[in-house]
Amino acid sequence: MGLLTFKKGIHPKDRKDLSMHKAIQDLLPKGNLVFPMQQHIGAPCDPLVKKGDRVLMNQKIGESKAFVSAPIYSSVSGTVVDISPRLHSNGTMVLSIIIENDALYEESLAMIPRIDYEKLSIDELVAIVKDAGIVGMGGAGFPTHIKLAPPEGKKIDSIIINASECEPYLTCDYRLMLEKSTEITLGLKIILHMFPGVTGYIGIEDNKPDAIEIMKKACEVLNNVHVKPLITKYPQGAEKQLIYALTGREVGSGKLPADAGCIVQNVGSVFEIYNAVINGRPLTERVITVTGEAIKNPMNLRVKFGTSIEEVIEAAGGFKETPVKVISGGPMMGTTLSSLNTPVIKGTSGVLCLTKEQTRLEEESSCIRCGKCMNVCPMNLNPTKLNSLVLRSKYDDFEKYHGMDCIECGCCSYTCPAKRHLTQTLREGKRTVNINRRKK
Amino acid sequence: MYTVSSSPHMKSNDSVQGIMRDVIIALIPATFAGIYFFGMQAFLVTLVSVISCIASEALWQKLTHRKITIRDLSAVVTGLLLAFNLPAAVPLWLPAIGGFFAIIIVKQFFGGIGQNIMNPALAARAFLLASWPVHMTNFTVDGVSSATALAILKTGGDKLPSLMNVFIGNVGGCIGETSVLALLIGGAYLIYRKVISWHIPVTFIGSTFILTFILGRHGLMTGDALYEIFAGGLILGAIYMATDYTTSPFNKKGQVIFGVGCGILTTIIRLYGGYSEGVSYSILIMSLFVPFIDKFTALRVFGEVK
Repeated sequence: MGLLTFKKGIHPKDRKDLSMHKAIQDLLPKGNLVFPMQQHIGAPCDPLVKKGDRVLMNQKIGESKAFVSAPIYSSVSGTVVDISPRLHSNGTMVLSIIIENDALYEESLAMIPRIDYEKLSIDELVAIVKDAGIVGMGGAGFPTHIKLAPPEGKKIDSIIINASECEPYLTCDYRLMLEKSTEITLGLKIILHMFPGVTGYIGIEDNKPDAIEIMKKACEVLNNVHVKPLITKYPQGAEKQLIYALTGREVGSGKLPADAGCIVQNVGSVFEIYNAVINGRPLTERVITVTGEAIKNPMNLRVKFGTSIEEVIEAAGGFKETPVKVISGGPMMGTTLSSLNTPVIKGTSGVLCLTKEQTRLEEESSCIRCGKCMNVCPMNLNPTKLNSLVLRSKYDDFEKYHGMDCIECGCCSYTCPAKRHLTQTLREGKRTVNINRRKK
Repeated sequence: MYTVSSSPHMKSNDSVQGIMRDVIIALIPATFAGIYFFGMQAFLVTLVSVISCIASEALWQKLTHRKITIRDLSAVVTGLLLAFNLPAAVPLWLPAIGGFFAIIIVKQFFGGIGQNIMNPALAARAFLLASWPVHMTNFTVDGVSSATALAILKTGGDKLPSLMNVFIGNVGGCIGETSVLALLIGGAYLIYRKVISWHIPVTFIGSTFILTFILGRHGLMTGDALYEIFAGGLILGAIYMATDYTTSPFNKKGQVIFGVGCGILTTIIRLYGGYSEGVSYSILIMSLFVPFIDKFTALRVFGEVK
């Protein structure tokens, strides 16, 4: 069968060999756990507990009344010792609940397992997903229940499981597929149940042949589900690019996957849908890849939210050499951490520690108009032109030349021989335009 | 405290210096061919041209308190290409002035690398040709004056050199333009290294080939097209000058329009113009259209409905 893909993109070294053969290990936290009230796109949560309260594992400790939000649960049992702003992996100070772990792991049973999910209505299932606090596990953290409740009138005909894991270094989705294929398949079955008559696709890059095999086998029990091998190319897992690769449809500027009849869910989120519906467990932990040339024993860990990055790195044997950058997520779209004293949250797909050799902190030089950035941009933009428009604060022109369509994948900056900070200025341009729009 | 920066955190190994180094490597065979056919004088002209370009760039950047960027090797490329466009017999002050003009007037006055509207080496050649036409058209082989193949085609007179001599470069002409063989080797290297794509060279040379055959020097369909594309500076211009990033279109579609435009202009100048050779002027003229070409060949943005 022919491999599917999108147009343009780049082929960075994937470096998945560092951790791909390491089975997922559980990590139990030692120190206090920090739960930021914002771990998703949307409204921040309000704390439901106060200082001194005893909380149970899987107890809801933060929630918002807003629709676009996701509740937060404690991953351990223990005592609330503080509620104060703490350093978040996005670099800002975010109101957080700090819990002292009593190591008893006494569980709250507020959520009910629903093995009989086929009897539930779509609204009831969406409510379970919302209540479990599930968000996109790929890093962006968009609440999953919103994707499962597309606006009236949008006909959904394809459910796409994003298992491409196109970020170099990261192997958490890969390991999850190898070790939890039955559970993922069940999660997909639940989604398919919500949208009768749709076709399911699982897109996996062809650098993970064993994952493709295992998912194919697991999906044999499902009708209308196709496991599709994709060409290993970055950003294969970008939502619009993945939809194009699998269905040939283009999601237009400012449009949502639902406009193209698609719902895209990260493979980790699908696993969590299974966990919430069948096991009655909210989202309190995730698999992360601790890796990079600066890490002694790169590995995949199942980590409870709130565990500090420092503990995670310690579990992986600590540093082999002092890293220049510590990144939450992958090397192409992850965010750098200034300090290790920040917690693992829902969107932490990896902790990547890079040495000086990989980071290439070179100075910008003048654009030589080679056009390489245009030749790799999966959105067909002209990054160097947009870059110069942002530098000259010409935001109207920035919009006119489709700057707002930039998906910030990083291909342009990756490929630029002059090492221009293209993605950075485009991101800044988008932010400024959004702020100006809000002012109006 | 670790380094905090905007993503991506991984970069390719490409660099401006690396690209320029590749161009220099690609120009080495033609440099040697030039020295082989035109002697030590060719080597001295090349040396003076390169040194003049590097020195002019360093001097300008020093005087204007800018970062000195001669390490990016772009001045070396300009120097080599300028020398390639000069006859070997020119006095040595000529490449010195040419290098100064190319770097200061054409490149730095417009904002330095990536900002010039014309190829510095080509514009400098045009300037030298207009200012010192006698020196610039005094072609010699083995110390004997020898008209270029294109001049003979145009005005008659001497016996035409054989196709073989035109191909390997044993004919009158500028230092770097005569050896088609050496230029093609370098061109293949540039395409292999993905420094340039085939679009401009193939469409430029191809359209010249077809048009010179059709229009012919002795009536329709009489052109000796193969001889015409090997003679003169077409191969040098099409592979090394027309593909200059700064003065050629971004997109493949634009590059095809650019290449064909260059081919049409070259043919018209060669067959009907006052000069026997039209490659450099056609590239200079087409370069001025690049902003328009880029504008009208802009890519459809993903998901955009036109």
